[in-house]
Amino acid sequence: MMASARFLIPLGIFIAVAAFLFKGLSLDPKEVPSPLIGKAAPEFSLPLLNDFEAPFANGDMTGEVWLLNVFASWCGPCLDEHPIIVNFARSTAVPVVGFNYKDRPRAAKQWLNRHGDPYTQVVVDLNGRIGLDYGVYGVPETFLIDQQGIIRYKKIGPLTQMDVSQDIIPLIEELSQ
Amino acid sequence: MITKTKIIGLMLFFLGPWSFAEEAPLLAKDPVLEARVKAISLELRCLVCQNQTIADSNAGLAVDLKNQVRDMLREGMNETQIKDFMVERYGDFVLYDPPIKGTTMVLWAGPLLMLFIAFWFSVRFVRRRSRNPDAYKSAEDIDRARALLKD
Repeated sequence: MMASARFLIPLGIFIAVAAFLFKGLSLDPKEVPSPLIGKAAPEFSLPLLNDFEAPFANGDMTGEVWLLNVFASWCGPCLDEHPIIVNFARSTAVPVVGFNYKDRPRAAKQWLNRHGDPYTQVVVDLNGRIGLDYGVYGVPETFLIDQQGIIRYKKIGPLTQMDVSQDIIPLIEELSQ
Repeated sequence: MITKTKIIGLMLFFLGPWSFAEEAPLLAKDPVLEARVKAISLELRCLVCQNQTIADSNAGLAVDLKNQVRDMLREGMNETQIKDFMVERYGDFVLYDPPIKGTTMVLWAGPLLMLFIAFWFSVRFVRRRSRNPDAYKSAEDIDRARALLKD
């Protein structure tokens, strides 16, 4: 009896290791948990892409649930997610603010002309200093910010339709109640 | 005869190792400040190129973070303040040496625990052996061994 039980120990270890490794297969090491969720969105006041004289501050959005979408014309994956942002802006009343990250304003304008401009406003972060406050490292990134200016959701990398329908829309509904 | 090719070959042989090991260039001139920037950079992970520190990397973000470290040092902040600043934005992951706390307990204690388990098993195994050297040999095995030795 004891002898047969002892043979099960390596099997048990194998199963435990296999379980960990199997879980590891579905984890993306690029997805670093953001420490910003549940915290106040870092304050900024940045010029608008259309009007460099007019600053836009995130405080201007207090009282509204809004989406902040970090993009750049040089960023390939941004183009992949762009139709989803366009679609989101069209189908909801939630303001989508574009955050043009380390880009040339002219290139950004051309990019928006060519691919459609879903943004209520586009702010310009030329040197990426504000992006740093938002922990931006893999453009595109998307933040959902609530009425009190708290970050509720963050996605690093291109937004998918599934992110919108499963995470963002339910969160917005919950926050709007 | 020492030919030109040989000389070039020798030069390449001796210079090769150095030419590869160059680190990302630093921007400012002040060597004391740069040394501090580098010391801190070596402990911060570049999130774009995850297995490099920001000192090793030339990626856009790594350069930005190094500049940020430099600016903060100039403003008179210390290493702890700078690291806290980075962790606030990028999480514990940005540190190459993660802090010991609840979520990182497995990471820190896991290998040690494994070592203890392995040690316990080996001690048990050796003890049992020395107490009873024949424990793992059956009569059948001994007979087979004898038969083999005879040949």
